[in-house]
This record gives sequence, structure tokens and C-alpha cells, in this order.
Amino acid sequence: MLYFIIQQMMYFSIPLLIVALGGLFSERSGVVNIALEGIMVIGAFSGIYFINQTQGALPGQPVLLLAILVAAAAGMLISLLHAYAAINMKADQVISGTAINIFAPAFVIFVARMLQGVQQIPFVNQFRINSVPVLGDIPVIGPLLFQNTYITTYIGVGILVISWLVLYKTRFGLRLRACGEHPQAADSVGINVYKMRYAGVLISGALAGIGGLVFVIPTSTNFNATVSGYGFLALAVLIFGQWKPWRIAGAALFFGFMKTLSAVYSGIPFLVGLGIPSNIYKMIPYVATLILLAFTGKTSCAPKAEGIPYDKGSR
Amino acid sequence: MKKQKNRDFSALASSLAAIVCGLLVGLIVLFIADSGKAMQGFGAIVTGGIVNRKNFGQVLYYATPIIMTGLSVGFANKTGLFNIGGPGQYLAGAFAAVYVGVKWTFLPAGLHWIVALLAAALAGALWGLVPGLMKAYSNVNEVITCIMMNYIGLNMVNLLVRQLLFDQARNQSRQPAATAVLPKMGFDKFFVAGATPSSVNIGILLAMLMGVVMYIVVNKTKFGYELKACGYNRDAAKYAGVDEKRSIVLSMVIAGALAGIGGALYYLSGAGTGIPLTDELAAEGFNGIPVALLGMSHPIGIVFSGIFISYLKVGGQSMQAFGFAPQIIDIITSVIIYFAAFALFFKLVIGRMRRRKEENGVIKAKGGEE
Repeated sequence: MLYFIIQQMMYFSIPLLIVALGGLFSERSGVVNIALEGIMVIGAFSGIYFINQTQGALPGQPVLLLAILVAAAAGMLISLLHAYAAINMKADQVISGTAINIFAPAFVIFVARMLQGVQQIPFVNQFRINSVPVLGDIPVIGPLLFQNTYITTYIGVGILVISWLVLYKTRFGLRLRACGEHPQAADSVGINVYKMRYAGVLISGALAGIGGLVFVIPTSTNFNATVSGYGFLALAVLIFGQWKPWRIAGAALFFGFMKTLSAVYSGIPFLVGLGIPSNIYKMIPYVATLILLAFTGKTSCAPKAEGIPYDKGSR
Repeated sequence: MKKQKNRDFSALASSLAAIVCGLLVGLIVLFIADSGKAMQGFGAIVTGGIVNRKNFGQVLYYATPIIMTGLSVGFANKTGLFNIGGPGQYLAGAFAAVYVGVKWTFLPAGLHWIVALLAAALAGALWGLVPGLMKAYSNVNEVITCIMMNYIGLNMVNLLVRQLLFDQARNQSRQPAATAVLPKMGFDKFFVAGATPSSVNIGILLAMLMGVVMYIVVNKTKFGYELKACGYNRDAAKYAGVDEKRSIVLSMVIAGALAGIGGALYYLSGAGTGIPLTDELAAEGFNGIPVALLGMSHPIGIVFSGIFISYLKVGGQSMQAFGFAPQIIDIITSVIIYFAAFALFFKLVIGRMRRRKEENGVIKAKGGEE
């Protein structure tokens, strides 16, 4: 049972983690990215449509890996719109993000109908790995982490480690963070703020695109132009994680665990016996997050220049 | 005085430019979808809201809830808060109103719907209170608390509707009693097409009134001044003697109440729609964000942008008669909002053009003197 819960938890936590890390790159460079939801939809659509078209012609795992690249590319493309508005046009970043959130589901339904008549895109889930060779046979850890899993889980963990390395151990990361904290100071030492912010938004687009695909694959067998508000939840995870990679991972795991509990309670006889309506269980993750925040919220570590368009001329 | 006028003009001009861009993209999308009927479809979008009185009534009817959620977002924005909790507050208000409408039939006819509205305002306020308190006293970002409150509200209302107000046959909430339905004000006699009346009612007047009240509160009262002061600089406001915690809490409470009333105005219309049991957040709640953004958070602007977005929606319904997908309207809306985000840029360009003109004018005037 515990194994099952942990495995389920990954289905919720990994997409949240990937998308929240995406948001991290954008916000650390100083651009608020409320468009995560819309970018996820675009990424999921492109990836799933790619799978839908190539499935059968290619073996399972390579299709998934290619689909992830497609989703990342599509996410980057749509996030370009946000970057252009936020950086070149000095637009209110919430507005252009909202525009993308409205645009994305409408656009993918429209395109899906043009391409195939109906808006749902079906796919066959042939991506689940029953047991990773060798690693899956390790006692306890094997069933916990290497059985009934998806390659995307490990990609998610990889993205976490790489994000941390890039942000805190490279020159690029330092510069990116500087642009989010004090762009004028960054500019004064020769960093191109516009370029760094473009990089931040594009990375966030790629990760949010991947996250959208990763969210849809284990939880569904067709894509219906929605990621069920996970982009907004990822935004919450990002804030919950105080804009720091490892804390974000903690927040994503916490939230995924709570979400899993509320989803699998019907398999636990004791909880069913209590006769509590399912909606109460569904509320648990959100209430728990609120309570946790009430006690830990005092210090906010939001990037200082977040949301403020950078204007070379202003001081 | 003249400067203010110029600023208003360039704000209006940039909004209009955004609308033109959005419609152009819409036209292109229509051509891609079905070039043969594109012009007919486009005509339907542009004229659908005014082809007959009933359709215009529907424009006002659909505008009512999104004006309220738009005012909600706009009001919180004055204090520098981003109220993304519209869906939860809207739904909480809707439930409270329908509950009073269904259960409290002991109330006299003239009072019933008013009490239902007040209950909705209270429920919405409660949903805004939590993020407000947590922002003011624990410094928790209101965006995250609002998102949590949205899902709590959604599940809570699903639960309560199922337990208290369930209409099994239609999988939604029961209908409020006739005395709780908003007065029609004779609109059902005026906004008709043939024999079918529009669902518009007193709600649109109330929404407009709220816009005016909000304008006065924000711009003409000490309270509004304090809210804005907090929005510009929380620390400075505190230093100047403003109770900044109180301002933040009140701002979210009032924003919540506005969105809650929006939910009530929609579900007390007597059009036969009940609160659905769904796992999706209410679109009307989120739509407050684009409405407020397009209206530039100005109360009167929000009233107009709400009517405009709703006008597109009704136009979109007419457009569907030509076989186009309704999502085209959302695409147009998103493009308009995207370009509205360029307002600053448009303003710069317009400002530069005017300055050049003025300079030319001055030179010419000088030339005339010589």
C-alpha cells in the first residue's frame, strides 16, 4: 500500500515540480510567469499529438522522449510571446500571462478540430515501466522508486538537480538571479538584462511545456485541452517553496502526497468506514497547505525586481 | 486638466487599437477555418450583439457576473493585491444566494432576493477574508492563498450542494424560489426577439451601480486614499499613519464580497441555471481578471470592458450558426488582452506623435509671427 501511494504520488508531484522549476527560472530573472497553465496546455497538446501521430511507427520510450522535446519546443515558442511583451514591450506581465492562459486552451481545441474533427486527442499509454532492470529488484527502494514508474520521473529529478546546479553553481545562474534582484546593478557590470530575462522565460516555457505532457501521460488516455489548473498549483508550489529549488521539491512532494491521500482513500477500508464525503478528502491538500503557510509564511524570499519591466533609462 | 484628458484619450486609443488587432487576428483565423464563410462569420461576431433587442439583453445579462468579478479584481488591485481568488469567492456567493433562495422562503417577496444578495456578499467576503488576514498578519503571498481558497470553495460548494440543494435529475443545484429571483424591471418586455425574452434583469443595473460606488470610494474618500497608499508603498503608508493591515484585510474582504455578489446575480436570474457539480473552477471567476485588465482597473472602464467581452461572447454564439468553433472568440479575446498589455508602448508612440505635432505646431505658429 505504501509503495502504491509513493508511486501515485510521483504522478502528481513530478509535473508540479517540473513546472514550478520552470516558473523559478522566469521569476528569478525578474519576469512573473502566470502563463504556466497556458504553456502546459500547449506543451501537452503538442507532445500528445506527436505521440498520437507516431505511435506504432516507433517503439514506446523513444516516442516519449521525442514527445518531451516537442513539448519543450512548443512551450518555448509560446513563451516567446510572453517574453516579447514583458521584456521588449515593458508590458504588465500579469496581463500578457493571462492572455496566454486564455489563448492556449482555445487554440488547441481549434487546432485539434481542424486537424482531426474532434477536440480530444487519444493516445495509448505504453510508457509505463513495470520495473527498472536491476534497480527495481532492490528490496524496499526498488518497489518504492523503480517499479510502476515512468521515465519522466527520473527526468524530473534530473531537472531538479540541473536547475540547482545552473542557478547556484554557474556564472549564468548568478547573472540570472542578479537580474531578478537588481537589474540596474547587473546592467552596470555589463550583464545584458534583456538577454538574461529572455533566457529565464524561455527555460520556463520549455519546462512548463514538458510538465504539461508529463502531467497528462500517467493520468489519462486522451488529452482534452486542459491540465486541470496544475499550472496555477505549480505557481503555488513555487511560492510555497520560497523560490528555491530544493524547497520547491519539498513543496511539490508534500502537495503530491496530500493529493494522493485524497485520491486513494477509497482503497483504505478504515478511511472509507468513517463515511466522510469525498469532497472533504479532496479539500485536504489545500487546507493543509494553507495551515502550513500560516506558520511558515513570515519571511518571503520573492525576487526583488520581480514583475517590474526593466527600463535602461530609469534609475 | 488638459494633461488628464490627454492621458484618458491615449488610454482609450490604445484599448481601441488592441481591439482592432484582436478582431483582425479573428478574421484571419476565420479565413483559415473556412474561407468561404469567413466574412459572414465575422459579420456575425461584430453585429451579433445588436441584431435584435433580445441579443443585446443577453449581452447585458452575461456582462453582469463578469463586471462584478472584474470590479473585484480591480478593487484588490488598488491596494496592490492580485485577487486570483475570484472563482472561489464567486462560487461561495453563488451557493449562499441559492441556499437562501431555496430555503428561506419565509421571507416576504420584496425582501427575499435582497437577503440572498447580502448572504452572497457575506460568503464572498469570508472567502476574501482568509487571504487578506494571511497577507496582513503572516505576510503570505495572496496569490497562493487565493488559489488554495478556490479549490476549497469548489469542493465545499460541491459537497454542500449535494447534501442540501441537490436536483438529482439535472445534476445541479435546485432553483431558487420565485421570490428570490431578481426583478426583471420590465426588461423582459423590452429585450425580446419575437416571443423569446432575454434573461437580463436588475442585476446589470446593480453591477453598474457598484462600479460607480467603487469609483467614488476609491477616488473621493479617505478610505480609498488609504487603500491606494498601501498599494503604492505599504511601508510608507504605515509610516504616514495608515493602518496598513486593516486596509489589506478590508480590501480583500470587499473584493471577495463583490465577486460573491457576482455569483448571486448570475444564479438568481431565473434563467434556469443551477450551480453545476464539477471539478472545474468557474470561468466567470477567472474572467474577472481579463475584464479588469482590459478596463485598466478603472471602475467605469471595467463596466465597459465587461459589456464588451460579453458582446463578443454573444457575437460568437451567432457566429456558430456558420459552423465555426466557439473557441475563436476566446482566441480573439486573448489577442485583445495581449495587445492591451502593450498599452505602455502604444501610449509612448501616441505621446511621441502628439509631441511632434505640437512641436510642428509651435514652429508654424512662430513662423506665422515672423
